[in-house]
Amino acid sequence: MNVLNFVDAFFSDSAHWQGYDGIPTRVLEHIQYTLMALGIAAAVGLPVGLLTGHTGRGGNTLALIATAGRALPSFGLMVLLFVLLGLGMAPVMIPLVVLAVPPILVTTYEAMRSVDPAPVDAARGMGMAEAEVLFRVELPVALPLILSGLRSAAIQIVSTATIAAYVSFGGLGRYIVDGLYQRDYEKVVGGATLVAVMALTTLAVFWAVGRLTVSRGVRRSG
Amino acid sequence: MTEFFDMPSDLQNSYLGLVGLHLREALLPVLAGLLVALPVAQLCVRLRWLYPPVLWVTTVLYAIPSLAFFVVLIDYTGMSEITVMIPLAVYSLVVFVPAIVDGVRSVPRETLDAATAMGFGPVRRYVLVQLPIAAPAIFAGLRVASVSSISLVSVGMLIGNQGALGNLLNSGMIYNQPRLVWLSVVGTAVLAVLVDAVLIGLRVLLTPWMPRGTGKTGRARTGADARPGPAALALKDAAR
Repeated sequence: MNVLNFVDAFFSDSAHWQGYDGIPTRVLEHIQYTLMALGIAAAVGLPVGLLTGHTGRGGNTLALIATAGRALPSFGLMVLLFVLLGLGMAPVMIPLVVLAVPPILVTTYEAMRSVDPAPVDAARGMGMAEAEVLFRVELPVALPLILSGLRSAAIQIVSTATIAAYVSFGGLGRYIVDGLYQRDYEKVVGGATLVAVMALTTLAVFWAVGRLTVSRGVRRSG
Repeated sequence: MTEFFDMPSDLQNSYLGLVGLHLREALLPVLAGLLVALPVAQLCVRLRWLYPPVLWVTTVLYAIPSLAFFVVLIDYTGMSEITVMIPLAVYSLVVFVPAIVDGVRSVPRETLDAATAMGFGPVRRYVLVQLPIAAPAIFAGLRVASVSSISLVSVGMLIGNQGALGNLLNSGMIYNQPRLVWLSVVGTAVLAVLVDAVLIGLRVLLTPWMPRGTGKTGRARTGADARPGPAALALKDAAR
């Protein structure tokens, strides 16, 4: 028996494709958690990163926050919040957001800092307002880096949302955690494959978003 | 105070024993990753065409979630420590390769020429000139890899209690003892911060020519490489 057999058996069993514990349901749940956590993290990280990057202040503080966020074990944090707060969305969302904010924050800051100062000065010289400078000059140039920060945050959320199943939530982790308890190895491997495929899909989505949103001139020089 | 650190007997370890286990499970893979990354990175520096495909492969490997990685390995290595350590080694390899490549590439041409003029062969030049200059970048990679590795070991709990400090999470849930969960989370975080601090100290010792005393970690990190290249990018990836 090898992994491929398990994968084949899992995906060809029609029982796995329908109902409450079916693959479509679990995939949707997983996407839902991911989008929610990414949305919250971006709502926190992007504005702060853009502003600190634009003004150039607070870089050291951001680096400290990033290190602190990295040091917190997400899995442990989730179990801890579960024990403290009980069953609910908060114990799942808080660790995912804590995990995703630092990469978004730090890359956005660094992206804004790495924008060539000459065009920024030129924009000011032409009489652009600060907000215009930020959104029309700095942001388009910084966009590829900012997207890469969002991408790593998204991938981390996709993979970490798996452990939400341990505190009785749904998503693709359900197959892995249940399968491990039931010693149903086919299910475990099937779940793992689905998560990996979803992480790779995230890579592809971000690649496509980058192609669509990054201006051609920026792409050529980068 | 002492009973605060008492462990349930099914863990078969004292708290310090678990800490030791955790360090071993987290740091041995990082070391392995570094050892593999050095030659791979050197190949990428030598053969320029090799770098983009290697970057692609590492990005894809990094996208595979740890739990999925663990699970697929069970078939080959069983529910053992090795199953936890292999993915961690792969992740640190992924962090190291771009860090080292960019570090080594950032060595100025003149410096290399000067070394050659002084009669250094390629090997001696690599070990004595390129590696030390790349040291700050390598240490930045070491810090990221070690900290995320320490955080990830806990997930190993899900595959047959191989998570060292993470195993406390399970016991805390089963016996309804929040104390154990606190011990696990705070212990892991403190361990990560301590290891990070040790690595910063080591870097300062090993790179006496770098400016010090600016204090803040951010300075040390960004100062290592003023322009953010792809390495700086990879280093932003936090714990998964």
